[in-house]
Amino acid sequence: MSTLALPAPRASLKRERRWALIWSYVFLVIFAVIFLTPPLYMLVTSLKTSAEISAVTLPWWVFHPTLENYRTLFTSEQYLTFFRNSAVVALSVVAITMVISILAAFSLSRMRFWGSAALATGVFLTYLIPETLLFIPLFKIFAFVQDWTGIEMMNHWWVLIVVYPTLTVPFCTWIMIGYFASIPKELDEAALIDGASYFQVLTRIFLPVALPGVIAATIFAFTVSWADFLYPMAFTTSIDQMVLPAGIVTTLIKGDVYNWGQIMTAALLGALPPLLIYAFLMDYYIAGLTAGATKG
Amino acid sequence: MAQVNLRKVFKEYDEVPAVRGIDLDIGDKEFVVLVGPSGCGKTTTLRMIAGLEDITDGEILIGGDVVNDVPPKDRDIAMVFQNYALYPHMTVHENMSFGLRLKRVPKDEIDRRVKAVASILSITELLNRKPKQLSGGQRQRVAMGRAIVRNPKVFLFDEPLSNLDAKLRVHMRTEIKKVHQKVRTTTVYVTHDQVEAMTLADRVVVMNAGLIEQVGTPHELYHSPATLFVAGFIGSPAMNMMRCGLEETAGALRLKLHGDLALPVPQERVARYQPHAGKSNLLLGLRPEHLTEMRSQSAPGQSAFDATVEVTEPMGMETLVFFSLNGAEVCARTNPAANLQPGKRAQLLADLRYMHLIDETSGRVL
Repeated sequence: MSTLALPAPRASLKRERRWALIWSYVFLVIFAVIFLTPPLYMLVTSLKTSAEISAVTLPWWVFHPTLENYRTLFTSEQYLTFFRNSAVVALSVVAITMVISILAAFSLSRMRFWGSAALATGVFLTYLIPETLLFIPLFKIFAFVQDWTGIEMMNHWWVLIVVYPTLTVPFCTWIMIGYFASIPKELDEAALIDGASYFQVLTRIFLPVALPGVIAATIFAFTVSWADFLYPMAFTTSIDQMVLPAGIVTTLIKGDVYNWGQIMTAALLGALPPLLIYAFLMDYYIAGLTAGATKG
Repeated sequence: MAQVNLRKVFKEYDEVPAVRGIDLDIGDKEFVVLVGPSGCGKTTTLRMIAGLEDITDGEILIGGDVVNDVPPKDRDIAMVFQNYALYPHMTVHENMSFGLRLKRVPKDEIDRRVKAVASILSITELLNRKPKQLSGGQRQRVAMGRAIVRNPKVFLFDEPLSNLDAKLRVHMRTEIKKVHQKVRTTTVYVTHDQVEAMTLADRVVVMNAGLIEQVGTPHELYHSPATLFVAGFIGSPAMNMMRCGLEETAGALRLKLHGDLALPVPQERVARYQPHAGKSNLLLGLRPEHLTEMRSQSAPGQSAFDATVEVTEPMGMETLVFFSLNGAEVCARTNPAANLQPGKRAQLLADLRYMHLIDETSGRVL
């Protein structure tokens, strides 16, 4: 009896696994279609002329492909300015964010001091405040700074380098705190006994060990500062001070005329840098975001 | 010279005392083991010597210098942790040389020292591997290598064998002893395993509830425990403790265990126990090897008694026999040839020349 009964659960397990796989694939395909449709539509539209876009034809196919939109954008000084501004802002924000959040996370997770636990929670709560609530107070702060120092903060691309870290630092610090906390305490104690200073513990032990966390935080900071739309729309008005998201909308929509071909091309090209970064660092990114869950 | 001295060292965590004013002198090149149950303060003491914990009160001296406010890196110590604490992103060579590189020791000197230590520990072929490619025992060797290569004044070991399986633990214990014989450096070793303590130490420090119960050689602790705690903690199986009273009749002392069971105190102990005659709150401490099966010839100081065997545990070279006496479970080490059977009465022999008499109230051995 018992020998006959054995294969039954095994077969049932196999069948269960097969169904689980089938359902996984069904949902993955649905999600993939939902998420890939917009970029595909952007690509298709970017290869069309304005005439073809407005013509009543199949919107998912290009009948007369052209690179005209790409040529126009690459020779447009405005677009290159937006791109350059975006790149400088994003790279600067990433650098500032990582320096602040790595140092903050290290001190909050490792150097016990009065109020460190409350501060760590405070950092996270800061992240929960939506940016839509913050930009009006930020206007007031800019006015205040100008009154006191005479520094004009409105309508400069560099003001975004000052403003974006208010969004990126709290979240990145939170990610890093979680990651640093998962590193065994004995590791820094061993390094301290080996003769390392706290700064050397951070640079020679923590950063290499927590590299996935650092990369996850870097990608987050880059994505936020590259793609944010609200702050550049609110704080920059001159064309030469704009970054990509605001610039595309401001210059390629004239009145009620939408230059769809160029809008799609510009958006597609704008999405490329984050896409490339994700593609190369995806494994590290996933490891970083799931670190707290598996390493306690 | 690298002696370590602790003077009235206190440690409190949020007003909860962990170490309650201990004094300890560890000699140069001595191997001292701190042993005790969980929460006794042994690891805290080690971490205070390392400088990883601040001291609430008292003084710690290394090599004659007070190091209370000296950071760990300037104490010239090396520590081996329970979970090895190897840097996972570095190779074995890089792990071992990390401290030397921080001190900016010349590269060829580092290489020479790492290779020399690797050869002592038989890990030369592992130098280019990462920690995750090593077994538990190999990681332990690397952790020791990292400590030895720095040639520090003092080695600190924090339960270094706890994460190894039983067989490897015994092997590594011998390895540690061999290494200490080769590299004569003052060593403070923390463990909760009394066998480890007894086998490794020049002197053992038994700690309990933040205090030192007794400091002594393994032989002293085993044969002359000072307190009830030490008597019960050292030795496996543990020393048998049986409630008794001390009666004096016609100049002779007798241990009254229960009912009509009374055992005569050996003549050589009478003078020592005389002042305590008449006391009833005493414990008779007798190690299992001093309780055996009845033998044809018994020496003076040995007393026979009957008991009903409850459980037997054959160990091969001996059989442990368990029975109840005066409400206490008692273990005897018997010859397997005696073939004592559970549930049957057996005649046993107590060798009272090795007895310990303990005052239950004060916990002191009389």
